[in-house]
Amino acid sequence: MTEMSGADMVVQALVDLGVDTVFGYPGGAVLPIYDALFKHPTIKHILVRHEQAATHAAEGYARSTGKPGVVLVTSGPGATNAVTGITDALMDSIPMVVLTGQVSTALIGTDAFQECDTVGITRHCTKHNYLVMDPERLGPILHEAFYIATHGRPGPVVIDIPKNVQVATGNYVIPEKIAHKSYRPQVEPDADAIAAAVAMIAAAERPIFYTGGGVINAGPDASAALRQLVALTGAPVTSTLMGLGAFPADDPKWLGMLGMHGTYEANMAMNRADLIIAVGARFDDRVTGRLDAFSPDSKKIHIDIDRSSINKIVPVDLAVVGDAGRALDAIIAGWQDAGHKPRDLGEWWRRVDGWRATRCLDFPEKKENGAEVMPQRAVKALFDATRGMDPIITTEVGQHQMWAAQHFHFDSPNRWLTSGGLGTMGYGFPAAVGAQIAHPNRLVICIAGEASLQMNIQEMGTVAQYRLPVKIFILNNQWMGMVRQWQELTYESRYSNSYSDSLPDFVKLADAYGWTGLRIDTLGELADGIQTMINTPGPVIVDCRVAQLANCFPMIPSGAAHTEMLLQPSDVTGTMDDEAKALV
Amino acid sequence: MKIYTEAGERHVLAVTVDNEAGILAKITGLFSARGYNIESLTVADISADHALSRITIVTSGPPAVIDQIIAQLDRLVPVHSVTDLADGGAHVEREIALVKVAGSGDKRIEALRMADVFRAKVVDTTLSSFIFEITGTSDKVDRFIALMRECGLVEVGRTGVVAIARGSEAV
Repeated sequence: MTEMSGADMVVQALVDLGVDTVFGYPGGAVLPIYDALFKHPTIKHILVRHEQAATHAAEGYARSTGKPGVVLVTSGPGATNAVTGITDALMDSIPMVVLTGQVSTALIGTDAFQECDTVGITRHCTKHNYLVMDPERLGPILHEAFYIATHGRPGPVVIDIPKNVQVATGNYVIPEKIAHKSYRPQVEPDADAIAAAVAMIAAAERPIFYTGGGVINAGPDASAALRQLVALTGAPVTSTLMGLGAFPADDPKWLGMLGMHGTYEANMAMNRADLIIAVGARFDDRVTGRLDAFSPDSKKIHIDIDRSSINKIVPVDLAVVGDAGRALDAIIAGWQDAGHKPRDLGEWWRRVDGWRATRCLDFPEKKENGAEVMPQRAVKALFDATRGMDPIITTEVGQHQMWAAQHFHFDSPNRWLTSGGLGTMGYGFPAAVGAQIAHPNRLVICIAGEASLQMNIQEMGTVAQYRLPVKIFILNNQWMGMVRQWQELTYESRYSNSYSDSLPDFVKLADAYGWTGLRIDTLGELADGIQTMINTPGPVIVDCRVAQLANCFPMIPSGAAHTEMLLQPSDVTGTMDDEAKALV
Repeated sequence: MKIYTEAGERHVLAVTVDNEAGILAKITGLFSARGYNIESLTVADISADHALSRITIVTSGPPAVIDQIIAQLDRLVPVHSVTDLADGGAHVEREIALVKVAGSGDKRIEALRMADVFRAKVVDTTLSSFIFEITGTSDKVDRFIALMRECGLVEVGRTGVVAIARGSEAV
């Protein structure tokens, strides 16, 4: 125990917890902590241009490394600006610790300058939060906060620290062992449930693995276990948006993503399966489509570390509560102990191959050099050009995100960073900043839409300051494309406020920030443009002009079943009934 | 298009939580954010060192929703345990109401007579009013208050339900 100021304790705790990077923005109520940081050169502080970007950068850092992201912001607007990223981390189970300054304890509740009720505001968008009223509690709380953020289902934890608590001195206490008095997530799966799962998988004729972000969160070993179990059982694999990368996309057992913009084969296989093995996925509405038609003839095994995810939306036959990796390992061990051999799934695979034959991701395009670039082609070209370079890809939210999910392929986890649950436009660029900080020598590309990018475009300054070689590849169709697509499908093409008017000249903008900017106008310029982007050192923004009215297919429209996919533009009727309109 | 809501069965949940600032807001916020019902909620510190509180929540919903409420409560960091008292078989429920009745003549006599039938105690009286204290199930309290409406009821304060499982075991 050493006597020191609260601010020094905060920084000492970060050092003790192995934190190397903090994303933040200073302000009155965190000045003592900023002063303490000044004296601790081991912690790198990344100065963002807006607190929301600090949270997304921390998410990008966390998602690409598996370590918790750390954010430091001031009271009032600093904290409220961070709320979107905190909520995003909660929805996508990203480990994050957010330190917020607060007005001095005597001023709390007086509507003081830059005061807000941070613990009140963040109570329901954090996994847990704290208001620290005594400097001697800082050590234990910081250590506990990192434990909570990273154990069980990961999530964001906020620690609100009044300014006088930062200034006051006390003893810095490190708890010996973190065993929270009430928070004890179940990590080890129940042995009986594992045995039952093994028996169900061995008996299935039409099994399918449906995997999610939980496999990524469980670490690279969980992805390896998934590959092994799939090889042992011979069953096909599909994944949610958040789970991409856990299973290699070039494996013949990979069916692609499922759900609203998933592949025809993935959705049909889910619908016709007799056994779904859900691993770290939560039956989100974007995945299930119309619930009463969701996989009607299957038994369902649900492996999840969060018991509240089980039976929340889809009732399952077997619940396995625990870490995805441990559960997969246990199933593999059980499978091998029982001496199971893969069943002959030939008939099942023949049906899957039949669905694959629809080639649902194909899209119409003109091939001549002067033709407009189809957005799908741009993503495919980007994928082809970066193959073997092991890039980290982030996305914003919208059509470009779905095209990236469909046409960019991954063979390892932690390479795909996207906002799934909250669907936050403005996530991708700062997430790329966070990923690039964590991986200074990797190729990090943000696939963006021109509308989403503008939500956090101020971070071009951050990138310039830290000389980060982030690449932004804009699929610029001059529309909020997904909004426009829904208006076309649902509101007879009444395009209310979805046109991206008054866009900046992104090339000139790049110039203004000291970046390299380039534009791709035609198909003939696509390959060269991408190559130039890759070969140019430092940050590059590529304004890739794409076909303006292309829609993202396949698509399960609102309120429809997996079997009712729209595969091409001619399937669109242009209107929907109120029941469908009411669904998001 | 119409919006339908699903009815369900009444359940009494006993939730043990850390006795810390904001925990009640966290619990009630969970109910409002996820659209669950709260019919009654009571909370008080229950341990000698004031470290734990017990929250008794009366809620209703179909079995799947009740199961989900329990799972959602259970994953909150400061929650130690959640018990559905209906699950463990028999339990005892009590609620206290203070009921103020004003009036004179026959109504006053009738109020006192009915209080006697319900075993309500008189805890305060003036020449023109009584305050009754009644303890029992919510149902009994409801019936007493309904009768008092006919006898000059002016004010009611209720504690909400507390409940505990029968037998020698703790939750």
